[in-house]
Amino acid sequence: MALAVGLAGCKNPVETRREPDSAATERGLVAIRQAGCGACHQIPGLDWPRGRLGPSLEGFDDVGLIAGQLPNRPDVLAAFVRNAPAAKPGSTMPAMPVTPQQAEDIAAYLYGLDHD
Amino acid sequence: MIEAFWGWPPPVLDPAGPYASSVTTLAWALFGLSVFVTAVVIAALWVAVKGPARWKAMLGGERAIWIGGVAFPGVVLTALLVWGLTLTASLTEPIRGDEMRIRVTGEMWWFRVQYLDGSGAVIMEDANEIHIPAGVPVVLELESADVIHSFWVPHLSGKKDMIPGRRTLLRVEADRAGEFGGVCAEYCGMQHALMGFVAVAHEPPAWEEWRQGRTQALAPADLANGPPDEAGSQGQSLFMESGCAACHRVAGTQATGLAGPDLTHVGSRRTLGAGILPNNRGTMMGWIGDSQSIKPGNRMPSYDVLSAEEIEAIATWLGQQQ
Repeated sequence: MALAVGLAGCKNPVETRREPDSAATERGLVAIRQAGCGACHQIPGLDWPRGRLGPSLEGFDDVGLIAGQLPNRPDVLAAFVRNAPAAKPGSTMPAMPVTPQQAEDIAAYLYGLDHD
Repeated sequence: MIEAFWGWPPPVLDPAGPYASSVTTLAWALFGLSVFVTAVVIAALWVAVKGPARWKAMLGGERAIWIGGVAFPGVVLTALLVWGLTLTASLTEPIRGDEMRIRVTGEMWWFRVQYLDGSGAVIMEDANEIHIPAGVPVVLELESADVIHSFWVPHLSGKKDMIPGRRTLLRVEADRAGEFGGVCAEYCGMQHALMGFVAVAHEPPAWEEWRQGRTQALAPADLANGPPDEAGSQGQSLFMESGCAACHRVAGTQATGLAGPDLTHVGSRRTLGAGILPNNRGTMMGWIGDSQSIKPGNRMPSYDVLSAEEIEAIATWLGQQQ
């Protein structure tokens, strides 16, 4: 009981800081390779390609808003990865051929990047 | 990126046809024999250093040299030569001339693919994807547009150089339908490692269907893939205006460039950038806008002068070229 009270007293971590499970992040990197996300984005952990057409996703776990507009939550990010134009009208990122599960894994990978 | 599809490097001991099969059998035999010989040499070394005096004397005697140095290698190597030549005879059989022919030209850094009719005239143009019927030997005419490349689909056959100014012939055959990764196997410049392709073997009826679809789409009367929709038609005019048409051909349009890959059916290809990226609208946009980041030094400039919307329109239209 005392422990629970003690824990509750702790400051909550930053809203966007998440610790996704490692199996999901591993699958996420595989999905990123298969979909070819690197053609447009520099993504930590992906040596090649390191495209520059889209924004670099370095430090993505610390950004405030997805694409400068959407709340940075796992479900929103997964939906954005799968169908960006639907999630944010006018987005120049096209819908990507990934399954909902893959999109969740990719979101997990992006949240699991370096915490710095 | 090819590793995402067909394994990297392409599995070299997993033959999918008679030619690759004989090479694989020979490779295993050589491997087994070399393991055996190495074991014998190590055993002899042990005897020479630590063995009993009587064995040492035998090992140093004239008889051991006649047996181990002359008779054994003479017999084994001769037998291996005869067996190896018999085993791989099919690889060097003369070309009959009535086989199906496909010309594959190594370029900087992609593969031009041309399907030939009986008289050697080009009937279909493609790039980085070779479609063949399963169970039928196909003769590949290998050429090069610049430096020496080498054509290699480990599943289907051995390697063969692509030499400027010379035509080399390679017979391939797949005994089952499937997709088999191929690579350039001769260092040809900075992006040598990003010069891949895929050989697709179809069951014969499916191949015939594929061929008919392709030849029909190439007939001038059947303009490309029908009238493009609004997004596509904007992409088409941008493609023509931005200079893409100077290097790329799209059958049924004003695009007749020959320097780069034929894009008539680019939307149906499995990969982009010569076997290195999966083909989808996102990667297509990335390639158009920034191909030099993905494959530095390739002959297509990054079209970063175009806006994101323009790049997307072109990618949309190209995706429609099925």
